[in-house]
Amino acid sequence: MDIIPQIIVSGLAAGGVYGLIALGFVLIYKATSILNLATGEFMTLGAFVCLTAMTQLAAPFYIAFLVTLAFAALLGIVIERIILRPLIGEPIISVIMVTIGLGSILKGLTHMIWSPDYRSFPKIFPPQPLDLGFAIVPSGLLWGFVSAVVCTALFTVIFRFTRTGLAMRATASNQQAALSMGISVKRVFALSWIFAAMAASIGGVIIGNISGISIHLGNIGLKVLSVIILGGLDSIIGAIIGGFIIGILENFAGVFLDAFFGGGVKEVVPFVVLVVILMIRPYGIFGKALIERV
Amino acid sequence: MRCGDFKESYLEDEKIFQTWFVKFWLGLLLVCLLLFPLLADAYMLYIANIIGFAIIGAVGLNLLTGFTGQISLGHAAFVGVGGYATAILMTRLDLPFWVALPIAGLVTAGVGMVIGIPSLRVKGLYLVIATLAAQFILEYVFMHWESMTRGIRGINVPPPRIGGFVFDTERSFYFITLILVFLGVAFARNLVRTKWGRAFVAIRDRDLAAEIMGINLFRYKLAAFAVSSFYAGIAGGLWVAFMKIVTPEHFPFSLSIQYLAMVIVGGLGTVLGSIFGAVFMTLVPELLNVLTGATKYLFPGMDQLFIPLKEVIFGVLIVSFLIFEPHGLAEIWNRTKNFFTLWPFSY
Repeated sequence: MDIIPQIIVSGLAAGGVYGLIALGFVLIYKATSILNLATGEFMTLGAFVCLTAMTQLAAPFYIAFLVTLAFAALLGIVIERIILRPLIGEPIISVIMVTIGLGSILKGLTHMIWSPDYRSFPKIFPPQPLDLGFAIVPSGLLWGFVSAVVCTALFTVIFRFTRTGLAMRATASNQQAALSMGISVKRVFALSWIFAAMAASIGGVIIGNISGISIHLGNIGLKVLSVIILGGLDSIIGAIIGGFIIGILENFAGVFLDAFFGGGVKEVVPFVVLVVILMIRPYGIFGKALIERV
Repeated sequence: MRCGDFKESYLEDEKIFQTWFVKFWLGLLLVCLLLFPLLADAYMLYIANIIGFAIIGAVGLNLLTGFTGQISLGHAAFVGVGGYATAILMTRLDLPFWVALPIAGLVTAGVGMVIGIPSLRVKGLYLVIATLAAQFILEYVFMHWESMTRGIRGINVPPPRIGGFVFDTERSFYFITLILVFLGVAFARNLVRTKWGRAFVAIRDRDLAAEIMGINLFRYKLAAFAVSSFYAGIAGGLWVAFMKIVTPEHFPFSLSIQYLAMVIVGGLGTVLGSIFGAVFMTLVPELLNVLTGATKYLFPGMDQLFIPLKEVIFGVLIVSFLIFEPHGLAEIWNRTKNFFTLWPFSY
C-alpha cells in the first residue's frame, strides 16, 4: 500500500485534535488577549477527571464526560475570577507568567493526586479501524477526529449564531464599545475561560483515548502553540486548518526525516515551523495583520 | 545638622555605594562570604555554589527581561549552550577551563543573538513563543546531535585547575563561583547606569519613543540578548565544571521557568532583585527537601510528594508575587529599609 495517503490521513486525524486544543487557546485570546500557557494542564486535568469518574465511580462514559465538562467549567470560572481578574491591564509579562505559574500549580496538583504513572483509558469507541481503500485509520484516531470536528463545529456555531457568541465577538472586537452596548465584559471573560477549559478538557479526553494519559500529556499544549501561530492567534478557522497542517507536516517529518536526524523529529518539527512562521508571517494565515513593527 | 542623605549632583545620585554605612555593611558581607567556606560543611557549600550559578543566570535574564522588556522562555537552553560549549572545548580541544569558559560565553552570546533576531520583527506574546520554540529546538539539538554532544550519555568534564591545584571540591570551587558572581553583579550594576543601560530601559518603557529619540533598536535589542546569553553561558559553563558532567536533561523548559520566576520574585529591573530571587528560589526547594526528609518518619510517602509539591509551591510563589507584590523582594527590601531610616521617629 502506498505510504503517502496513509501519512496524510493519520496526520489529518491527529490534526483534528490539535485543532480542538488550539481552540482552547484561541477562545481565550480572542476575548481577553491572554495567551493561556496552562492550556496543556487543563487538558491533562480534564482527562484525569474523566478517567477517575469512569474507573473509580464506574460511571458510563457519557456521565463521566458531563462530569468532566462541569469540572472544566468550574475550573475556568475559578481561575478567571481568582487569578486573572486582578491582573486586567497589567503588562504582558505578568499575564503570561501568571498562566505559567498556574500551569505549574495544576501540574503539581495532578501529579500529587494521580501518581505520575502512565494509564490507559477504558475503550469507549468501537475498536474496528476504518478502511478507506487507500489508507487505514485506526479506531482511536478516527473517533478522535470525528469528535474533535463535532466539538469544533459546535463551538463555531455557538460563536456565530447565539446571543452569547455575539457578545463574545463584540468584546473581542472592541471592549469599550461592547461595554457601552450593555454587554457584561466580565461575564464574557468568564465565559471564554469556561469554553476554553471545556475545549481543552475534551481534547485531553480524546488524546487519552488514543494514546493513554500521564501527567506529561500537557506538553502537547506547548506543541499546539505552533498551530495557533500558523493559523493566526485570533482565528477559529485558522486553529482548525493550522491543526491539520501541523498534524500532516509532523507525520511526514516523522516518517521521512527521522533517519537523518536520529529520531524524535516529530516532537521538534512544530517548533521549527513556528519559528519559520514568526519570521515570515507572524500573524499567521488567517490572523488579523495588526502587528506593530518597530 | 544633616539629618539625611542629600544628593547635590546627578553623579552623587548615580553612585552605587552611596553612604559609608552601605560600604561598611557590604564590606562585612564580603568578609563573611570569604570566611563562609571555613565554617560550612560540604552540603552548605554545594548549595552556595548552586546559588552562585543561579545568581549569574538570573542577573543575565533580568538584563534582558527586566531592563529591556524582552521576555525569554529559553534561558535554560542558553545555559545549556554555555555548558555544552565549555564541555566540548575542554574535552575536544583540551583547552583549560579559564579559556574555555569565556569562549563558551561568547558562543552562547552568538546563539542568543540569533535567537534574538525575531525580536526585531515581533514582540510581546510572539517573542515569548519564539523563545519557547528556541528552547525546544535547542533541547532537541543537545539530545540528538550525538557526534558533538554524545546524546543522553553526556560528556564528562575535567575539573578546572591552576598549575597543580585542582578545583574539584565544593570548597575550592566556591571561590571561583564567588569571584565570578562578584564580577557579574558588578558589571551588570555598572552597565545599567551607562548609556547602554538607559537605552535598554527606554526600549522597555516604549520602543517607539525610544527609536524616535535616536536609540537604534536593532543594535540595543541584540546587545541585550547577547549580554543576557553571555551571562547564561557563563552560568552553564560553571555548572558543568562543578558537576563534572553535562547531559541534555539538565536544561529543561522548567529551568527556564525557574529563571523567570527568580527574576519576577526578586524584582524585575533591579540587579539586587535578581540576587534576592536567585537565593530565595534556590533555598525554597532545599528547605522543602530538608522538611520532607525530617518528616519522613512521621508521614511515610511524603518524599514521593516532594517533586510535585515543589512545582506547586513554585507556581504559587509566581502567581502570588505577581498579584500581591509585582515589584518583588527588592521592593519589600526597599520598604523595610525606608521604614528603618528614620526609625523610631518616622513622622
